[in-house]
Amino acid sequence: MCAEHEHKAAQTYQDSGLPRVLLNCTVNGENVSQWIDPTMSLLHFLRHELNLLGTKEGCGEGECGACTIIFNGRAVNSCLVLAQEAEGSRILTVEGLGQEGQLSILQQEFIKEDALQCGFCTPGMLMSARALLDRNPEPEEEEIKEAIAGNLCRCTGYYPIIEAIKKASEREKEASQR
Amino acid sequence: MTLVMEGRSEGAMREAGYRYVGHSPDRQEALEKVTGRARYVHDMELPGMLYAKMLHSPYAHAEILSLDVSEAKALPGVKAVLTGRELPYLLGLYMVDKPILAQHKVRYQGEPVAAVAAVDTRTAAKALSLIKVEYQPLPAVLSVEEALTGGVLVHEDINTLDYVKGVFFPQPNSNIASWHKTIKGDIQKGFAQAELTIENEWRLPQVAHVPLETHVVIVQADPYSPKVKIWSSSQSPFAVRNLLAKAFGISRGDITVVVPYIGGGFGGKAGIHLEPLGVVLSRVCQGRPVKIQATREEEFNQLPTREGLRGRVKTGVTKDGKIVAEEIYFDWDGGAYADYSVNVGRAAGYAGAGPYEIPNIELHSRTLYTNKVFGTAYRGFGHLETHWVIERQMDLAAQALEMDPYEFRMKNLLREGATTITGEKITAHSGCVDQCLEAVAKEIAWTGYQSAAEREKAFKTGKVRGKGLAVLHKAPAMPPNTSTSAIMQMDEDGTVRLLLGAIDMGQGAYTTMAQIAAEVLDMPLEKVKVIWENDTDKNPYDWQTVASKYTFMGGNAVIRCAQDLLRQMKEVAACVLRCPVDELTHGNERIRHIQHQDKAIAFKDLALGYAYQNGTGIGGPLIGRGVYMAEGLTNLDPATGQGLPALDWTYGAHGAEIEIDVETGEIHVLKIASAFDVGQVINRKLAVGQVVGGVIQGLGSALIEGYKYSPEGRLLNPSFTDNKIPTAKDIPDRVVPIFIENPQRDGPFGARGVGEHPMISVPSVLANAVYDALGVNFYELPLSPERIVSGLARQKE
Repeated sequence: MCAEHEHKAAQTYQDSGLPRVLLNCTVNGENVSQWIDPTMSLLHFLRHELNLLGTKEGCGEGECGACTIIFNGRAVNSCLVLAQEAEGSRILTVEGLGQEGQLSILQQEFIKEDALQCGFCTPGMLMSARALLDRNPEPEEEEIKEAIAGNLCRCTGYYPIIEAIKKASEREKEASQR
Repeated sequence: MTLVMEGRSEGAMREAGYRYVGHSPDRQEALEKVTGRARYVHDMELPGMLYAKMLHSPYAHAEILSLDVSEAKALPGVKAVLTGRELPYLLGLYMVDKPILAQHKVRYQGEPVAAVAAVDTRTAAKALSLIKVEYQPLPAVLSVEEALTGGVLVHEDINTLDYVKGVFFPQPNSNIASWHKTIKGDIQKGFAQAELTIENEWRLPQVAHVPLETHVVIVQADPYSPKVKIWSSSQSPFAVRNLLAKAFGISRGDITVVVPYIGGGFGGKAGIHLEPLGVVLSRVCQGRPVKIQATREEEFNQLPTREGLRGRVKTGVTKDGKIVAEEIYFDWDGGAYADYSVNVGRAAGYAGAGPYEIPNIELHSRTLYTNKVFGTAYRGFGHLETHWVIERQMDLAAQALEMDPYEFRMKNLLREGATTITGEKITAHSGCVDQCLEAVAKEIAWTGYQSAAEREKAFKTGKVRGKGLAVLHKAPAMPPNTSTSAIMQMDEDGTVRLLLGAIDMGQGAYTTMAQIAAEVLDMPLEKVKVIWENDTDKNPYDWQTVASKYTFMGGNAVIRCAQDLLRQMKEVAACVLRCPVDELTHGNERIRHIQHQDKAIAFKDLALGYAYQNGTGIGGPLIGRGVYMAEGLTNLDPATGQGLPALDWTYGAHGAEIEIDVETGEIHVLKIASAFDVGQVINRKLAVGQVVGGVIQGLGSALIEGYKYSPEGRLLNPSFTDNKIPTAKDIPDRVVPIFIENPQRDGPFGARGVGEHPMISVPSVLANAVYDALGVNFYELPLSPERIVSGLARQKE
């Protein structure tokens, strides 16, 4: 994976000319080691260097949440993080939610509750929800709203998303007790 | 707390038990969307692709004195720099008034004056900073009042602009891009009969669509031939093709428009936007693909928005509450270019008085040019705006009559036998707005306005509650001869591939079409596959995915398409089974005899043509076709607006209960109940999704959203920081979707559209509830805390 990307010039991105820095991190459980431009954002690194295109850019200013990923266990807007800040970090993107061709419970509930329409905010929304359930497996409704308040959705009106997160919380609890 | 109730249905029960229609299968593309594998144009890159950026005007209205691009052109990595000087084209859906890049003068702050294509976005941005532009600022037209005086013309060449004649009516030497009149009865006589006249003025600002994926295109234009290929986040691939062909004088056959997944549209991605610029840039760059993706700021400030509106209404009523006359002036703040806003003005002409029977009416709807971001279609197309005016006016009429606004509406609603303001007769099958109103009134336990004493008592607690009602109607706003088509092919395992012309941008059109196909063919839904990527070279024609018309029109086309496939299968089966075609039926993926059920052939054995045991073939690959063209509609009479504009009316009503903090002016919405006569629900889960999503969009328009300009005409809030949309923390405690199902006889399984309707009348119902809570009327949107508090302060004085 690393070798392949070391030589790929990101097309949208012009090198700042500053000396490159080595970035070592774990993305979706895989070790990544790559020389990068120090001015590159983490969003750009994920999308254009690692081809993880599930993470979207909706505003580039940290206002819409479409680029949300999980960074060392916390949901963050990857457009506001420099890629080099990810040194030594663990990163999870939407591509890492399912395992071995199996959807996660959260993804299944998003489908069942129709918690998506156009789908553009969905990856970021899923990551905010995942981070919430990881730190608080049985969130109250207000806590769910708080956790996804930074993720704008223009289609669904949020209700089915909140419902899906509640259902996922219940099912994950059942699964963990089994 | 339950957030959303399962959408429930009231009214006529269906006789037939359907296999798929009315059920809630998951959307077809859900898996791609929850795994991040759905690819949008935003995600696409092509070999050798260049990136374009645009330079914007800092002035609302100015002459371009000089433009120097020499330094930008010299920057390494820059492949093309274009200005309006090189692009002598004008485009427009209805008024041909818009250049690709500003020519000679700029008409709004944010208008693009130059564009750069470069090897990467940073180089393109750097090149923009090297372009020198000299402007001579001109006085700007920034309100409907200024536009109407005509002292400054936004389009000095309005008299010579090309436009769709007979449908739109630009006025010479003015800022009036189109003036629509609807005249029925005699308002002089009507007002003479009136015992009470209520006159008010209402306003709302421009509001942005805010798709999460900004407008984006990739264009590859062959420099040696007219051939153009476009990948676009568009609701209207066939309209893009048509308008491009007209603008550049090339054949439709030379243009290919491909639409993969699209990250929201809401009307803002209908028509044509960044595509023409992509074409000219790619051509200059020897056919290298050029990607243009709008920034969020450009989405607010360059690309079109919803029109602002000033509505003035005079309503004449009798003391027993009958409307006898109405005079309406809608003046649309349409911005710098006409785009869809002239058609919004037209729709307001025939639908702007609301779902009421009004014997005498004179309605004027004027789309005005101003020096602001231009207006376009936005979900509900003029109806949220006109219903803000009318549904507030109806409450004020009821207040003046000291009558319950529920009773007042019930006395005047359109019902069977009534005629609309354009002379259309309402029948028993047109849907029932009174049933919608009744359902929501019941759901919020409406008992009329509270008394002044009750209000005063509540006021002392610091939190006051109020309830409100509002109704709505909308028909698809489209040309009378609008059409759509579908193609269906069967594979050798009996799988059906369905090709449609419309775009699924998340509303779920493809899922509902698959349900309709599976229902007619009586086969498993899993075996009906809708081809996702829409390509104008391969998909059959559809006008545009707008107007809440596709369930109706596409549904009918798909029914005919499936019937065509069945007819072909039965013709071959009749030969093989040696029986008349009319003795054959279908079910369980087989064509079989109506009596002798063992005489049957599986669909899959007919898919590529039937083969007898000795190898002889008969028939051939199955390809079904189905088309639907709007039936019986007419253009509207230019002088009176009379005619038949409506394919189907979907009626609806909202009931709301709110709580206001009298200190902060904040409105907390406790509940919105929303009922729509959809004729027949096709997919319950998706229909509920349209309702709750639409209601929340309407809530944004009602409470928080709206463009703000400086006195010079600079947009002050082109970002999410300053132009917020509702978040998960802003939603009502409950939204209750209710579906009334009085079938539309010519709709697919009786269905009508409901995509846009949920956001219409949400601002009005909330302002009506605000009156109930505070006893104060508000005439302007949004109902921000500042506005509420200052309204309360004024009342105290």
